[in-house]
Amino acid sequence: MLKDKDRIFKNLYGLHDWGLEGARRRGAWDGTKKFLEMGRDGIIEEVKNSGLRGRGGAGFPTGLKWSFMPRESDGRPHYLVVNADESEPGTCKDREIMRHDPHLLIEGCLLAGFAMGANTAYIYLRGEFIHERERLQAAVDEAYEAGLIGKNNIHGHDFDVYLHHGAGAYICGEETALLESLEGKKGQPRLKPPFPANCGLYGAPTTVNNVESIAVVPDIMRRGATWFSSIGRPNNSGTKLFCISGHVERPCNVEEEMGIPLRTLLEKHCGGVRGGWDNLLAVIPGGSSVPCIPAMECGDLPMDFDTLVKHKSGLGTAAVIVMDKSTDIIRAIARLSYFYKHESCGQCTPCREGTGWMWRVLTRMAEGRAQKREIDMLFEVTKQVEGHTICALGDAAAWPVQGLIRHFRHVIEARIDEYAGNPDPDGAVTEPAEQPPASPPASPVAAE
Amino acid sequence: MPLLIIDGEQFEFEDGITLIQACEIAGREIPRFCYHERLSIAGNCRMCLVEVVGMPKPMASCAMSVNDLRPGPNGELPEIRTNSETVRHAREGVMEFLLINHPLDCPICDQGGECDLQDQAMAYGIDTNRYEENKRAVENKYIGPLIKTIMTRCIHCTRCVRFMTEVAGVEELGATGRGEDMEITTYLEAGLTSELSGNVIDLCPVGALTSKPYAFQARPWELRKTESIDVMDALGANIRVDCRGREVMRIMPRNNDEVNEEWISDKSRFIWDGLRSQRLDQPYLRRDGRLEPAGWDEAFGAIADRIKSVRPDQMAALVGDLQSAEEMFALRDLFTRLEIPHMDCRQDGAQLNPALGRETYLFNSSIEGVDKADALMLIGCNPRLEAPVLNARIRRRWLRDGLEVGVIGEKMDLTYDYSYVGAGPDSLQALLDDDTYSGTATHPMVIIGQGALARDDGSAALAAAAKFIEKRGGLRDDWNGFNVLHTAAARVAGLDLGIVPREGGRDTAAILDGARDGDIRLLYLLGADEIDLQGTEDAFIIYQGSHGDRGAHHADVVLPGAAYTEKEGTYVNTEGRVQMTKKAAFPPGDAREDWTIIRALSDKLGETLPYDSLGELRKALYEAHPHLARLDALPELSGDGLAKLATAGGSMGTEPFASAIEDFYLTNPIARASSVMAELSALKSAQSEELTGTDG
Repeated sequence: MLKDKDRIFKNLYGLHDWGLEGARRRGAWDGTKKFLEMGRDGIIEEVKNSGLRGRGGAGFPTGLKWSFMPRESDGRPHYLVVNADESEPGTCKDREIMRHDPHLLIEGCLLAGFAMGANTAYIYLRGEFIHERERLQAAVDEAYEAGLIGKNNIHGHDFDVYLHHGAGAYICGEETALLESLEGKKGQPRLKPPFPANCGLYGAPTTVNNVESIAVVPDIMRRGATWFSSIGRPNNSGTKLFCISGHVERPCNVEEEMGIPLRTLLEKHCGGVRGGWDNLLAVIPGGSSVPCIPAMECGDLPMDFDTLVKHKSGLGTAAVIVMDKSTDIIRAIARLSYFYKHESCGQCTPCREGTGWMWRVLTRMAEGRAQKREIDMLFEVTKQVEGHTICALGDAAAWPVQGLIRHFRHVIEARIDEYAGNPDPDGAVTEPAEQPPASPPASPVAAE
Repeated sequence: MPLLIIDGEQFEFEDGITLIQACEIAGREIPRFCYHERLSIAGNCRMCLVEVVGMPKPMASCAMSVNDLRPGPNGELPEIRTNSETVRHAREGVMEFLLINHPLDCPICDQGGECDLQDQAMAYGIDTNRYEENKRAVENKYIGPLIKTIMTRCIHCTRCVRFMTEVAGVEELGATGRGEDMEITTYLEAGLTSELSGNVIDLCPVGALTSKPYAFQARPWELRKTESIDVMDALGANIRVDCRGREVMRIMPRNNDEVNEEWISDKSRFIWDGLRSQRLDQPYLRRDGRLEPAGWDEAFGAIADRIKSVRPDQMAALVGDLQSAEEMFALRDLFTRLEIPHMDCRQDGAQLNPALGRETYLFNSSIEGVDKADALMLIGCNPRLEAPVLNARIRRRWLRDGLEVGVIGEKMDLTYDYSYVGAGPDSLQALLDDDTYSGTATHPMVIIGQGALARDDGSAALAAAAKFIEKRGGLRDDWNGFNVLHTAAARVAGLDLGIVPREGGRDTAAILDGARDGDIRLLYLLGADEIDLQGTEDAFIIYQGSHGDRGAHHADVVLPGAAYTEKEGTYVNTEGRVQMTKKAAFPPGDAREDWTIIRALSDKLGETLPYDSLGELRKALYEAHPHLARLDALPELSGDGLAKLATAGGSMGTEPFASAIEDFYLTNPIARASSVMAELSALKSAQSEELTGTDG
């Protein structure tokens, strides 16, 4: 359990003043100049030591990422790009930061930008974030006015922050598609290599970071790497914003330490699973793109990167989607599949064709209108999409389906049996499977 | 020089190449759809996946440089596998994805038999279909009269988009929508306005973009393929003529890195329907004011009778733009024997004089030289219309290396930026007089076009251009920056052979004037159609050529010749490269190869030319002009002629330079006989009318 004194986002719920005054009272912009005096290496070293891993989903060590930026400019400018295109279903942490603690983000931009030799930061906001942009822009204006950023600011590092609105495509949250979109092109991921640190925005060295990764940096600097790394578990340190949605009593955003057991997280902050812990069917622990984890694995599951990978899932954005036993898990995953089919950019073959295929098969499976052999085929299709695409959207589309088949194959089979034994004259099964997974198929004729 | 292990064998590669190229060099075939050597890398088809040992995922070999691979932890060489189980599985997966929404309508698809998807599905796919959902259907798009679209077949490789954007320089194709709803389209469904658009047909790996005029005409395996040379412009693009029976069914480009790479213009590609219509298939004689069919003997007899009654200095010959060196040589030979001084191959009146040296009328930098140029001045020429493929090369140089282009002449859309120097000779003179130039170009080029040469002050403009490039340091031992861009395929050979007025002879304009006022009483037109024959009724006109065009309409005797696809002919392109066409089909009806007609006529006239076969003719030709025997080689010339030319004076007029080409699609008799070209021309003029109507 995270102690109140260790919280970074003290205004997460917007109870206090979001403006510069309020932020300063909470400690923002305190000693920033001192940190800049530590030099680029000083900051990068501190962030490395803190063990901060990228909060956007992939969990790549942030300090290490920064150190990939060229030491000296070869004439090209360096850019910091902040990925505020928060579109992962279930995730709403960056939104809260921009609404209620915008100054932490701006201060983080200055520190990160300084550490990578950038004088410009672009914050790419999701198209739907209208109010967030207004709030953030107001905060940026405040910071300019107070001389905290801009030309000849009090910190001695010229630094401009620009906000840019996307048009609401999920793929633009992928870092290179984001850069394309920022350049005014169609949001389609680029081939890597070259990596953005070599050739990113407008062909210049660029680092793309998540909002949360940037916003925690000022506090790491203020309180020290040791403080940050002492929270959480080894290699998975620090605090993390969890976004819990779905079948809990009180869905919420909460800052907690990494590695907090899932059950504690749900019961302490969200009032527990609707209908009690035993009513839990599965959780999707890290936003829609990671495989679900069935209830029996959930109990003491520490919510951190490494543990969840061991469970063949991932921490992702730490957007916990809780599903109780009233959930039709096949329909739920089919809906996610539809999302990925809709958001696939269409550039590369496996994702363009595979996402539609997976969605169509799953839609049938949700009704039971399928063959059992198709379950294996579907799994194989997900394997053909995974790892064969330009960006990770293919993986993201494949994983939830894999999670479904891995853990809920019996549900799919039961649904198929039910349909086969009791087909509706109109060809659709209207009643979802209600019975617990272990129970035998309802229809006597269905067993194969 | 990175070392790599490919399938267990060690290879060394040059820096900067991609893995797919490396595998190719190593003799491993990598299937691909989106990758094309002359286009940017898209990496989106995922067919070229290979296994890089140590990497968790298979890599797209087209998108990875050999330099991107790192040695293993113990310094092992990077290792690639192109035939492992992982790779096979990945290819099968991608192939399956490509096929699930592909209509598989091969039996009615024009691409069938030469389809990348078909071939690769055979080689790398699985033999069953597991996809049971409905296939995607996509509406066809209108993108002009040349390209037929069946967009359901599209596999979204974006080769066409990249070609139009990068090579053609016309950003008119793109992808709308995303995911499986992505569609390749011009969006407004307007026709493509590029002169190179036909190349997307070749690029398309499936049958989504096929040739509209060729639709449902033939299957590739029925066609007899003959390698030949294009004569639609002076570039001498290498082509392949595909015939079924005696009909040319289509024309495709051949790869020649030094000339056309693998592109040809739309005119070169779609001209073939013009080879079928308006053909002269038997001799005609004018009787009572009407052309009536006649036999060869009758026709020759009429000519012989006429020649007997006129003095040699009352006879003249004009040579057209599509003629091969062989017939020009034979004609000149005959006319020399008849002591006729008046002849000219410069129908447009270009002031080029072979006496000044070959280098004064050639594209000396060579077409490949454009890839070295760092500054380019275009004088009175529009390469986009006069040589579209060359223009694509200039554009590439501009795009990749920032070639600086200046233009003196008309303002035009060249598909690249240029600085506009001025409209006419005064701007050229001002450049010459300007001593403040401080550019640092090491390989400057000047291209002077027929728009500046085919006028009274043409020779002065030619001299001024030579002076200009000399002043910019473009005439050196290692670099010759002086270039003449011809528009006629026959022109350079004509000049080489000396088809210009002999001593005391008349040039084109003087010949035509003479024909009008009675000084010239017999005019021999060898495929010459681009001249104004109004008022020449009193002269006896012999027209020898392939099409019933302007020349034939005014002729008293018509001798049916062969088109360029129907004869073995030597052509010299604008850079002086000698290339040969091959006979792909026979001329229609009674038509004959042109040199044989001249040879037969000479017999009737009692001046028998001393060659009975093409071999003997060529022997004589090569003896007289040894350089024509050096096929496919660039001439090695000194710059002396140019240095002399640069000192030549002459005053230029004030008239602005106008383009030599009025209508790109109708520049020669074959094109004027083609209904496809007529449609394109009408479309183009409608477009430009629209522009003036709404843009003003």
